[in-house]
Amino acid sequence: MRASLLADSRWRPWEVVAWVVLWALPVALPSHAALINEIAILALFALSLDLILGYAGIVSLGHAAFFGLGAYGAGLFAKHVMPDPLVGLAVAMAASAVLGLVTSPMIVRGSDLTRLMVTMGVALVLYELANKFDTLTGGADGLQGVVMGSLLGVFEFDLGARVASVYSMAVLFVAFIVLRRVVHSPFGSSLQALRDNRLRLSAIGLSVNGRLAAVYTLSAALAGAAGALLTQTTGFASLDAFDFHRSADVMLALVIGGAGWLWGGLAGALAFKVLHDLIASLTVQYWTFWIGFFLVVLMLVGREKLLRPWTWWKRQP
Amino acid sequence: MLTLLFDGIAYGMLLFVLSLGLAVTMGLMNFINLAHGAFAMAGGYIVVLLMQKAGWPFLACLPAAFVLTALLGALLERLLYRHMYGKPHLDQVLFSIGLVFMAVAAVDWGIGSEQKYVQLPEYFRQRFEFGSGALTLGMGSYRLFVVIVCVLLALVLQALLARTRFGARLRAAVDDPRVAAGLGIPVDRVFMLTFAVGSGLAGLGGALGADLLGLEPNFPLKYMVYFLIVCAVGGTSSITGPLVAALVLGIADVFGKYYVPKLGSFIVYSLMIAILLWRPQGLFVRQGSR
Repeated sequence: MRASLLADSRWRPWEVVAWVVLWALPVALPSHAALINEIAILALFALSLDLILGYAGIVSLGHAAFFGLGAYGAGLFAKHVMPDPLVGLAVAMAASAVLGLVTSPMIVRGSDLTRLMVTMGVALVLYELANKFDTLTGGADGLQGVVMGSLLGVFEFDLGARVASVYSMAVLFVAFIVLRRVVHSPFGSSLQALRDNRLRLSAIGLSVNGRLAAVYTLSAALAGAAGALLTQTTGFASLDAFDFHRSADVMLALVIGGAGWLWGGLAGALAFKVLHDLIASLTVQYWTFWIGFFLVVLMLVGREKLLRPWTWWKRQP
Repeated sequence: MLTLLFDGIAYGMLLFVLSLGLAVTMGLMNFINLAHGAFAMAGGYIVVLLMQKAGWPFLACLPAAFVLTALLGALLERLLYRHMYGKPHLDQVLFSIGLVFMAVAAVDWGIGSEQKYVQLPEYFRQRFEFGSGALTLGMGSYRLFVVIVCVLLALVLQALLARTRFGARLRAAVDDPRVAAGLGIPVDRVFMLTFAVGSGLAGLGGALGADLLGLEPNFPLKYMVYFLIVCAVGGTSSITGPLVAALVLGIADVFGKYYVPKLGSFIVYSLMIAILLWRPQGLFVRQGSR
């Protein structure tokens, strides 16, 4: 009985193989280290969105709020307090987690539209604040002059981004393992129950609001970590981190990979970045057109079909 | 002071006309359409192109903008939107974001990324002054025209929804499409017409606002938030809700940008969050509806 209940949470062979391949990437392709770094950061960001969208069913168009706060938090901490990357990462995550906890009451009430507006509103407010307090954040010029210390006191961040790519990959790996534990725990199961039927969850005596607040805070902390990684590995934070298109991009990446399972975030980030690079190499200026076209077609045929090629030619019931 | 108030009202009325189509699709048809701003942009560009390339007078362009965007809306509804009605909100959001990306890139490619200007006729560039001191009321004749047109539109639409056979059919089709279809109401066609009129209104609003809001390819993304705020705050079950919300938003934005320009749109966004925390379903909700 216990074994069959735990069967879902066991590591499958292909998952182990996939992680070995992922770890081999920065070693095997040092010339593409910058791209691998970007993919790892986007994957971490998509994972955090997957936690609230795929598991808890909260539609958010303002996840960039936490990403941006993490980015600026890590940058300011490195600039004014201490340049150690790991401490900076922890501080940025804590700041984003606090913001997530504070804003979580806003996503508990209302309809999808209300949640959409409130999450987007929080990101917009932070964007305006970062823009206006330019003495602290550098305003539209971005936060410049962030110098990071060496990782663990040994590895210096190099221009080729090799250390950066391994660092981001390691953070992604740790986050993945933690989230894997979380979503297969009773807490994770209750989140999926919450997504499917809130009323029944509260009827069996579990606190809906408490669970939403907890998962939103955790997701915010991870998004903050992704933002912090971006600042630490590029030495620069800009208003772009709060921008609407960042929230839209990560949602797109997650949807390509498939929401509701952890590998969706990783696969989606990989596919999105590769797609982006491919289209941008063809038409630099108009790549958003093809991204939009792809989205429209994907939504018309149904997003769940993308990962299940055998259903492509089946008629819908 | 009064001048600011008047400008705020003109801005708010414009937002109202722009958002009305969105309020209808969102509230009545339960469809989250982020691409609404794209129709408004289409209206604006139709006016600019007709005036510059074909030499039409400004007043003749306005109905043309309405008709052409309405046709565009009807076409897209038939081809694309119809398939998305029953889907989850997440799908609708992504679908319409995709449409916005396409529209922005297409306009950028076809017309160019620089800002376009509308040459207003001479009689719209006058300015009236009343009173003196703190109570000076200065009105641009174009803003006055915008306010008048928008008030007339609001009255006509209210009458259309509440008094006519079409309005009754629409409300029936929304409350329960299956029963409405069973009673012989062509639900499909009612929805298509509604969508077309909503898009046409957005086009008209975009045409009227091309001078006040500025016209560039990023228009749909820039003003999407404002349209959504109007609908979310106003509630989407009546015309009065969005009207009040649009007026409050317009006045708050104009005053905010005048007195504390450093904070920009910060005030509007914070106001929206506060209102939505207080009344998650919007300010005006029909009691007892689903």
